[in-house]
Amino acid sequence: MNISLSITETIQDWLITMMPEGVASILAMTLVALIYLAIFAVAGLYLVLLERKVAAWFQLRIGPNRVGYWGLFQTMADALKLVSKELTGTVKADKFLYNLAPYFVIISSLMALAVFPFTQEFQAFDINIGIFFLIAISSIGVIGILLGGWSSNNKFALIGAMRSGVQTISYELSVGLSLLTMIVITGTLQLSEIVEVQKHGWLILQGHVPAIIAFMVYMIAGTAETNRAPFDMVEAESELGAGFHTEYSGMKFAYFFLAEFINMFIIAAIATTVFFGAWLSPFGITESLPWLGIFWFLGKTLLLVFLMMWFRWTFPRLRVDQLLTLEWKYLLPINLVNIVIMAIIVWLNLTIKF
Amino acid sequence: MSYFSDIYNGIKTLLTGMSVTGKYFLTSRKGAITQQYPDNRDTLKMFERFRGEVVMPHDENNEHQCTGCQKCELACPNGSIEIIWDRGIDEATGKKKKFIDKHVYHLGLCTMCGLCIEACPTDAIVWAQNYENSTYDRTQLTKVLNRPGSKVKAGVED
Ligand code: SF4
Ligand code: SF4
Repeated sequence: MNISLSITETIQDWLITMMPEGVASILAMTLVALIYLAIFAVAGLYLVLLERKVAAWFQLRIGPNRVGYWGLFQTMADALKLVSKELTGTVKADKFLYNLAPYFVIISSLMALAVFPFTQEFQAFDINIGIFFLIAISSIGVIGILLGGWSSNNKFALIGAMRSGVQTISYELSVGLSLLTMIVITGTLQLSEIVEVQKHGWLILQGHVPAIIAFMVYMIAGTAETNRAPFDMVEAESELGAGFHTEYSGMKFAYFFLAEFINMFIIAAIATTVFFGAWLSPFGITESLPWLGIFWFLGKTLLLVFLMMWFRWTFPRLRVDQLLTLEWKYLLPINLVNIVIMAIIVWLNLTIKF
Repeated sequence: MSYFSDIYNGIKTLLTGMSVTGKYFLTSRKGAITQQYPDNRDTLKMFERFRGEVVMPHDENNEHQCTGCQKCELACPNGSIEIIWDRGIDEATGKKKKFIDKHVYHLGLCTMCGLCIEACPTDAIVWAQNYENSTYDRTQLTKVLNRPGSKVKAGVED
């Protein structure tokens, strides 16, 4: 198999000097996993803070500003509070599944993080079916939500979970097909090679009209995949209490919560990688400094995350039938036509390349 | 064909919505409406329409406009107002007449509905804009609105 582990290799080389190869590679993987876990747990907390600040600004409020300078430690304090809270549960819950569900959700979203090329060197797992892996992993999370809703023996939770099933299964099609539209240009699923292709202009420029349509479809479907407003029927505070996580408290609730924000980051990061050239700088202005790539990557991703927050604080929630109409009658046919257009454009060599 | 115009209209209205919230986002720094309450206690002034409690304004001669007609007492849906009145002799005309002794107002019962203020024919009672009304003792919430020694302003009753 053609799998290279960029950062793990560096660490592995260093470890091999001290111990046998097998032990070293396992140790290196664990080390990388721990690094990612630490970075993204903290990053997730700051995304929550960002969301709260952005929401406040949209509503002409100030937002958290008491804990630490400018409220910077607010979500840390919240996490500490959640850790110290009692883990409650319902009497007739299916205990095993009930406890398993949050881990399903958080692990599947953390797994997806491994494949992103943050810079040329900083990519934990450069699998040759990268995009495919991402699509597959991002749909596993919904199993956790379904389990959580089913096992907590609560009507609200069950309704929320079922809605989540409907929503994710429908919108996955659009996410997959819009990414497929871009794969037509790149001709590869491996993320590092997708970035390589974009050295001649970001894909959204290379593919011009169909790429922009694909991007719009992807953003809409991606927002739906993360179960965020305006597609937050899974939680729907005003209808279902808290939806599928009604019966969860303390740290298990925090896992669901964190997973939502990490998923948002993942959706934005996929868009960055596939449409906006991942760590490539605009016009190659910082090409001589490859480590700056991480700032470009995070900058673009945060911009897209902001776009999703903008959606959330602008649009009202859709009804279930409207949600399905939007997907099956609009996004899906548009997407299918779009793939054909893209194929024709690639066939006739009408892509824009620098 | 309405399929495509639907898409067009959909995108257009979504963008309109986003531009509205976007404008708010950009100007939010200047006009945050949040009051950071305990910090700005000294400067915080409530707006005109704010309903803090019912008060009875007195002028410099310690005169108010309440005639003791009891309309506010009747109007109050939960009995927060008690008018204790008395009979006396009107000095000007020498006739017997009703005048106010105590206008008792139970802030603890009041729901701030404003019906008493609507009902008062002489505008004797108004809203105050104070907001720190909590006390450690329930009896402090029972207030007498007319000040001791005050009397009704001349000419209000005509
Ligand atoms: S505001 Fe309403 S509840 Fe309060 S005293 Fe007046 S009539 Fe009664
Ligand atoms: S406050 Fe107004 S309504 Fe109430 S007794 Fe006095 S004059 Fe009458």
